[in-house]
Amino acid sequence: MDAAADAPVVIRSPHDTTAARVLRFVAKAPIHLLLVVIGSLWLVPTIGLFITSILPASSLASNGWWEIFSHPSLATWSNYHDLFQNQGLVQALKVTAYIAVGNTLLVVTIGAMAGYAFAWLDFPGRDWLFIGVIGLLVVPIQMALIPMFRVYDKVGLFDTWYGIALFHTAFGLPFAIFLLRNFFVGLPKDILESARIDGASEIRIFVRLILPLGLPAIASLSIFQFLWTWNDLLVALTFGQNTTPITVWIAGQLREFGTSIDIIAPASFLSLVIPLAVFLAFQRYFVQGLLAGSVK
Amino acid sequence: MAAPPPDSGPGRFGKYAVGALFLAPAIFMLSVWMVYPAVYTIIRSFFGPQGFMGTWVGIDNYKSLFTTSTLTTAIKNNAIWVAVVPAFVTAVGLIFAVLTERVSWAVAFKTAVFLPMAISAFATGVTWRIMYQQDPNLGAINALGKTIHSVFSPAGVLASAAPSTANVVPNHGGLILKTPLHPGGVALLGLTAIPPDQVPSSAKQAVTPPAKAGDIVGTVWRDFKPGGGVPGKVEKGELGIPGVTVELDQNGKTVNRTKTNSDGSFDFSGVKAGTYQTAVGASTFAKPWGGYSWLGPGLITPALMIAYIWIWAGFAMVVIAAGLSAMPRDVLEAARTDGASEWQTFRRVTVPLLAPVLSVVFVTMIINVLKVFDIVYALAPESTQQNANVIALAMYYTAFQGGGNFGVGSAIAVFLFLLVIPVLLLNIRRFRREI
Repeated sequence: MDAAADAPVVIRSPHDTTAARVLRFVAKAPIHLLLVVIGSLWLVPTIGLFITSILPASSLASNGWWEIFSHPSLATWSNYHDLFQNQGLVQALKVTAYIAVGNTLLVVTIGAMAGYAFAWLDFPGRDWLFIGVIGLLVVPIQMALIPMFRVYDKVGLFDTWYGIALFHTAFGLPFAIFLLRNFFVGLPKDILESARIDGASEIRIFVRLILPLGLPAIASLSIFQFLWTWNDLLVALTFGQNTTPITVWIAGQLREFGTSIDIIAPASFLSLVIPLAVFLAFQRYFVQGLLAGSVK
Repeated sequence: MAAPPPDSGPGRFGKYAVGALFLAPAIFMLSVWMVYPAVYTIIRSFFGPQGFMGTWVGIDNYKSLFTTSTLTTAIKNNAIWVAVVPAFVTAVGLIFAVLTERVSWAVAFKTAVFLPMAISAFATGVTWRIMYQQDPNLGAINALGKTIHSVFSPAGVLASAAPSTANVVPNHGGLILKTPLHPGGVALLGLTAIPPDQVPSSAKQAVTPPAKAGDIVGTVWRDFKPGGGVPGKVEKGELGIPGVTVELDQNGKTVNRTKTNSDGSFDFSGVKAGTYQTAVGASTFAKPWGGYSWLGPGLITPALMIAYIWIWAGFAMVVIAAGLSAMPRDVLEAARTDGASEWQTFRRVTVPLLAPVLSVVFVTMIINVLKVFDIVYALAPESTQQNANVIALAMYYTAFQGGGNFGVGSAIAVFLFLLVIPVLLLNIRRFRREI
């Protein structure tokens, strides 16, 4: 309508009339409806877990979580309150955070250094070495479990959070190097050249130029690493015994699923709420990293 | 190619040194945690179960992959996963990506579907265990099933009941009063073993209706009161059972039907002279639907795959949507202008143009599915983990958790590695083109 004022001699295309817009909307109504239904269905399990986590065990023993819709007064934070009294859980949360943060820092630092070397330093065999690193991308974790179990036992890394973090670091590096090298290669050549001509050392260029310019890729990578290690089960199950992250702690309760549901549900929700917050806050970077890793 | 060497600055040796400095931590980590263990695992897979190396056993460990029943189950299940899940995930992702292109609030939908990607496969396992609980009162999926089921075959008023006297006997899934009746007779159908919460809430004190000429009357009641009472006799404190379908049979054929009142009484009026029997039909005793055993041995693998597709559909959708938005619009427009229907455009233009992206999603999913572990560990109860076994889970249980067989464990790991090697070659070819 505003456009009409600017350009008085406008022959309005039939698509712009209100009637046409209503018509288009009605024609699309089945798609809207379908997507609303699917989208809601996709949320049901997560919502169900949350509601389960705020219901008392007495209610869960005989009724499903949807009981809350007829008896909203049943909702209580007491499961969470009890959970935080549990030393085991608090410890497991701490260990999870140490592993996830420590691993993310290590992967970003080591990965960025190697990515820089592969992108901007010249040495013989560089590209072959890079292909070798990429080749490691598909080595399954299972290939390292048995030997590293022995090594960890010998050198005292078994059942420590840093042992688990280091394992994740190694297995995170091929993807990190691949992602960062490809991003660094695309950085403007002139800036680096002139810095070199000005006599800046490679270390200085790396810290002052590459890291700030590479921030978008580093952000993607950090989120990936954080989520991956936070959510890991297999590595922690193998190399942890008493020092275990939250997934392994919950796994220990699974045997009595029915009777421990008032512990398992809130602990599980707690374990997913932090990655979920990270994901929602940095969704853009996450999707970018995902596309860089798979569509490139 | 990257930076050409500057003329001034460090010499050839210096360049090596800088490169080595930047690469050293990565090379160290990759050598110690990936290359050394991979080589060790390959060698180890030809040796016996215990010790640093054990004794040489040749390819026996690999043979046991295909002869031990737990391992063959794992391989068979993993084959089912590979056959079903990547195709499903890609198809669902494609459908979602195409559908969301047409609505303005696509971001909200994509976030909802993508959400499970942020959640650990382990937490997903717990989440779906709650969904899959067998009791329809507890598990949401069976609750939905029960709602649908009850439309077609509703549960009876009395799911569990037994006759109170020897005079009432089982009959085609229902109960029948042995005593023959004639018009003017009174039928007493006493039942016990009915839990109080199963007595319909409208039930009132049972009464014995007075006999009427030409009618057959009677009552169906809960022949029990605290303290016991006398079987076969309507007493104070005993409730009638309303809503029960009573049949009037003659020579084994049902000639009339009626429902009991709130005091349990019923009345067949205008009964012709003859010999009759009264019975309670089988439908009254129909058990409520008990729900599918999703986590039982039969359905566990499909149940796991549904939860897995729930996680990964968002990944496929996002990647395919990105491919879709990079697609040349004019090709689609041209197809539409030429009179192609939406479906034809999709089949003949969209899908072929998307083929590279679809294959990336498909191949990525094959690798993921080959390595599936967490969700099986978390979602399958211990009792059915054997039925749900997959290669990665079998490897873990063989080598650790009391398994302690490092030889066979290594062989399983190598087997898994061999399965993903073709994908590795594919990837290297793609990456080399890029460098």
